[in-house]
Amino acid sequence: MKLIFERGEEGQFLSILPKCDVPVTKLPEKLKRAGAPHLPHVSENELSRHYSTLAKAVHGVNDGFYPLGSCTMKYNPKINEQVSALPGFTGVHPLQDDSTVQGSLEVLYDIEKALCAITGMDALTLQPAAGAHGEFTGLMLIKSYLRSKGQADVRKKIIVPDSAHGTNPASAAMCDFTIVNIPSAPDGCVDLDALKAAVGPDTAGLMLTNPNTVGVFDKNILEITKIVHDAGGLCYYDGANLNAVMGVVRPGDMGFDCIHLNLHKTFSTPHGGGGPGSGPVGCKAFLADFLPGVRVTRTAKGAYKSGSAKKHFGEVKAFGGNFLVVVRALAYILTLGKEGIPEASKNAVLNANYMQACLKEDYDLAFNVYCMHEFVLTLDRLHKETGVSALDLAKGLLDRGIHPPTMYFPLIVHEALMIEPTETEPKEMLDSVIAAFKELKKVAYENPQALHDAPLHTPVRRLDDVRAARTPVLRYKFS
Amino acid sequence: MNIPQDLLFTKTHEWVKKTEDGTVLVGLTDYAQSELGDLVFVNLPMEGDSVEAEESFADVESVKAVSDVNSPVTGTVVAVNDEVVNTPALINETPYDAWLVEVGEIEDTEELMNADEYAAFLETL
Repeated sequence: MKLIFERGEEGQFLSILPKCDVPVTKLPEKLKRAGAPHLPHVSENELSRHYSTLAKAVHGVNDGFYPLGSCTMKYNPKINEQVSALPGFTGVHPLQDDSTVQGSLEVLYDIEKALCAITGMDALTLQPAAGAHGEFTGLMLIKSYLRSKGQADVRKKIIVPDSAHGTNPASAAMCDFTIVNIPSAPDGCVDLDALKAAVGPDTAGLMLTNPNTVGVFDKNILEITKIVHDAGGLCYYDGANLNAVMGVVRPGDMGFDCIHLNLHKTFSTPHGGGGPGSGPVGCKAFLADFLPGVRVTRTAKGAYKSGSAKKHFGEVKAFGGNFLVVVRALAYILTLGKEGIPEASKNAVLNANYMQACLKEDYDLAFNVYCMHEFVLTLDRLHKETGVSALDLAKGLLDRGIHPPTMYFPLIVHEALMIEPTETEPKEMLDSVIAAFKELKKVAYENPQALHDAPLHTPVRRLDDVRAARTPVLRYKFS
Repeated sequence: MNIPQDLLFTKTHEWVKKTEDGTVLVGLTDYAQSELGDLVFVNLPMEGDSVEAEESFADVESVKAVSDVNSPVTGTVVAVNDEVVNTPALINETPYDAWLVEVGEIEDTEELMNADEYAAFLETL
């Protein structure tokens, strides 16, 4: 497709501007740019077509099934958009006096209370802009705490299971921790013996998701957090998979000391290109004094006051974080309420188990257990018998209007496809996707070349991912 | 799967070649490259860095994932193959020519497998 700069021609422009109603001032010569800026020359009609073309070239939750494992691509209710578009929220500035933004402060206050109630934490900052940013913030909390105890120079190791999200060790490295990788047990859960062997007087903490990366709830969680606590370390909960358990079990009750949440996953705010994201970090009371960002308190008279934590370690983003995303998440929480929140999680788990049960005859499960909100297929046998890889199958799904699941993750599973349908898909959709998977398996055995050649019907065919990684073109070059 | 008889192997799919000077060359096996897929970046240590047996000393990034490369020996890096840094695809094309580092002053070696043992090990995966 043509880029906006390649559309139109000199002399075409948008619409007729109103007359200037302020005095015209001449810029001093030294402030003027050397050349005219590169602006597109298109009419409003052409501009409109440009965006329509873009919209047709992408696939979002509004276009079809989007089972991207570990990403929780659930439907984003439109009421969230309406609420966050209220002028009282869009027209405020973070430097306004508290007395003029009571409503916005109330939003920050209320969502902190709600998210703490859901997770079993005592305090929470809304400043981090995404999950990995939250991990960094959470680890800085741990570091700040260790410093306050004079242990930061001794406790330098963060334990991460080998099934973890790659961001976990990366965030720990960013905070100058040493990473200790421990292998998973055959069922994909934490190997208790390996954990016991890894902890010691140098342990700063453990980072874990539960349910874990293969969609299994680790039943040993109380023992796991106890082993780490007994060694003097802290436990960090990566909230990537909270959609399986929100309102059902709380990370705080599992023994975790701090957590991050992904509002753009679990709490239905836009995800990916539609972002921005939000990765609030919650903690137990003993860490609360180190929290960054705006802390909102409520006076006895019911007024809201903004401030900051006593010993906060700094700021990780400006002001209150991505505020309008937070507004959307609060709208979601209030819409679902106390009954709806756990119901959403239960339906997410039900949908995943339904798909898993329907697919297990045709595909090998990486772990043959009841899953939580997602499950992992291994196409190792299919690959060996037909030459069709997980990548080929994913490309075949594209031709059927389905966004592929997460591929080749977790790393401990060969030819992995990780499927997370979410609770917002009806049974008819699940059935049609199950039928597509079954059909693709037949194609793999009967005509594998068809899948090596896929996709045929997408705006672009198979991309050169090596070249994209090595020599990406990141900006338009004007000739 | 190509497994040359004159090399030794680790369980984490590195190959080891002993040179006449008493140093070793370390690379990734054919199995490793086929599992990783097309490689796009290779991060190697510097000459003079010390490496420790069974510890990560480098990482490779493919279109699928970033993976650690473990050192089969404890010693000091005496040479680094810049060619694979510039052209990671060499590891996919000729895994047993595309050595990553040469390690000297070897103090310790992890238990290594010969070609037949490695072939049998791959069967178990």
